[in-house]
Amino acid sequence: MQPKISALALSVVAAFTLSACGQKEEVKPAAAPAPGAAQKSETLIRIGHVAPMTGPQAHLGKDNENGARLAIEELNALGLEIGGAKARFELLGEDDQADPKQGTTVAQKLVDAKVNGVIGHLNSGTTIPASKLYFDAGIPQVSGSATNPTYTRQGFKTAFRVMANDVQQGKVLGEFAVKQGARSVAVVDDRTAYGQGLADEFRKAAEAAGLKVVASEYTNDKATDFKAILTKIKSKAPDLIFFGGMDAQGGPMVKQMAELGIKARFLGGDGVCTPEFMKLGGEAAEGQYCSLPGQPLEKLAKGPEFKDKFAKKFNTGIQLYAPYVYDAVMVMADAMKRAGSADPAKYLPELGKTRYDGVTALVEFDEFGDLKGGAISLYQYKGGKLEYVETLGGAAAPATEAAKAETAPAPAVTPAPADKK
Amino acid sequence: MDIFLQQIVNGLVQGSIYALVALGYTMVYGIMGLINFAHGEVVMIGTLTAITVAGSLLAAGMPPALAGLAALIVATLLCMALGWGLERIAYRPLRNAPRLTPLITAIGMSIILQNLAMILWGRNYQTFPPLFPKVNFELAGVHFTAVQVIIVLLSAATMLSLTLLVYRTKLGMAMRATAQNPAVAGLMGVNSNRVISAAFVIGSALAALAGIMVGAYYEIAHYQMGFMLGLKAFTAAVLGGIGNLLGAMAGGILLGLIEALGAGYIGDLTGGFLGSHYQDIFAFMVLIVVLMFRPSGLFGEKTGDRA
Repeated sequence: MQPKISALALSVVAAFTLSACGQKEEVKPAAAPAPGAAQKSETLIRIGHVAPMTGPQAHLGKDNENGARLAIEELNALGLEIGGAKARFELLGEDDQADPKQGTTVAQKLVDAKVNGVIGHLNSGTTIPASKLYFDAGIPQVSGSATNPTYTRQGFKTAFRVMANDVQQGKVLGEFAVKQGARSVAVVDDRTAYGQGLADEFRKAAEAAGLKVVASEYTNDKATDFKAILTKIKSKAPDLIFFGGMDAQGGPMVKQMAELGIKARFLGGDGVCTPEFMKLGGEAAEGQYCSLPGQPLEKLAKGPEFKDKFAKKFNTGIQLYAPYVYDAVMVMADAMKRAGSADPAKYLPELGKTRYDGVTALVEFDEFGDLKGGAISLYQYKGGKLEYVETLGGAAAPATEAAKAETAPAPAVTPAPADKK
Repeated sequence: MDIFLQQIVNGLVQGSIYALVALGYTMVYGIMGLINFAHGEVVMIGTLTAITVAGSLLAAGMPPALAGLAALIVATLLCMALGWGLERIAYRPLRNAPRLTPLITAIGMSIILQNLAMILWGRNYQTFPPLFPKVNFELAGVHFTAVQVIIVLLSAATMLSLTLLVYRTKLGMAMRATAQNPAVAGLMGVNSNRVISAAFVIGSALAALAGIMVGAYYEIAHYQMGFMLGLKAFTAAVLGGIGNLLGAMAGGILLGLIEALGAGYIGDLTGGFLGSHYQDIFAFMVLIVVLMFRPSGLFGEKTGDRA
């Protein structure tokens, strides 16, 4: 055989094996569940949690970690038994600084530590590159906040999310903008995988619904000054300004809109649907709209109870994703319980079959690992509070159909450039 | 046209802030050839201190003007002490070390101060208390606020008084002498340690002032706010010619204007090929072009022995 052909053959075989790997969920057992402890009828289950604990989004990262911590403590208090042994959960908290590079570094750290599962990351921009490392190591990952569709569309069987994605959210936001009587819209995004992804989905939906996109402007996730781009938007006089990004930018942005005398309304996604946004936006936030995946906590059976528990434990209110992260941990523990093992290879198939009645939703995953029938709720900032307006979408069908229709939405596969530092 | 004027106003205000911070960089560099990377963090400490002081005084029922004054005094004094301490702890022991060593300690101090602020003030964003009257003006379609006017006037006044200090007082003369040659200045009876301390203290007082202005303008503060601001101000100082007071001012305002106009017009100029997220490219392109033709910056003197 000629060397050329053999090389070709080899690569074909390699490709085959690789794809076979993906299909058969033939994941390497990354973590034999803590060998020493297993014998003594107590299994130590280590769960990694990643979110930005420093940097401009540290407040959200802390909120996520609190959600995970609450779940872990409850699980330990419950004395859950997994495979006949009492399980003791331990949280390994890591900081990715909302930076894709740092995200993969800490992901590798968790892989090396052979954790049993990973909760996170917070940002889509960090979650997407990190998910490859978890997939290669066969470690299941459940994110409670990464909403960019790409995350679950890479063919990684280890990637799950307990929140509606941005295809669904962008669509609902686009429809809502039309319902509000807007005719023209300016779109601003922060160039992160999340912000850009959401803005792209919104733009698609808005144009499909007959809205005119008059300007597309960009900022970054560390900026505080938006006057230059807002001035430019002002010259195009849109009815509505849509922002794909986080509260730390959205808050000052609405304020600067008011200072420049811009009359347009402001609409944003889950990243700005926080108390922090109102604090930063002040009076300018009043009357503006934002959306959150899922139903409002108050409307959910277990919502108010969770809110009280959280407030009592941490002496602070929920910022944003804490209930979702809480559910993510619970879903993972539930799968371990059903599998009778915390071994990733053993409980991963069970994770896909999840049917768990959580705080935020009845969690069931579709074939991609996305939440089935994720609903989107709209809120208005009123009197320093988020006031519930309405819930759109949410039937089980549209979620999967939207996913099938857009097998390759991938608007932001490239991780956000993330400023140095 | 009103859009163009609005962009000029945006750039002018942003540039004045850069200039105020750049003065601190340029003063220290001019005298001892050191880039004090922790300067941005001093600005941040100034903002956060002012928020804490003014916030608690306002809550205690003090009128805004008085609370603002108290916050200004406390923040300035604290930053001056911080600047003095920085020099004593991090830079003076390394006065005769190779050039790179103090640069590393500067970066180290910057990280330490950031983390200290994170521990003291927490990770959440702080909002600046309403100290200044919220007045919006409109002139020929251009919107601006009282705070913006104060920022521009204040940084102009600061630059003027700093120039007077350096060129009209005995301390200023000592500063210039130390900048030219510390050893000879020492032989002439100049206490160079004291002069360098003075430069740090004055620079830090300006940082506190800049910090309060930034806080009042954006009404938002965070323990990491100093990093980017410091970087931009440093760029402005280099653009104008580091070590030169007028250069820092001009470089700051130029950088602010370039950024605002870049963000406003780069999309139209390139037919939508480059969007507003390329505003930094625009700014740095100007920086590179300037440095190509004037390596020591717009107003920089030829300093063969430095840099």
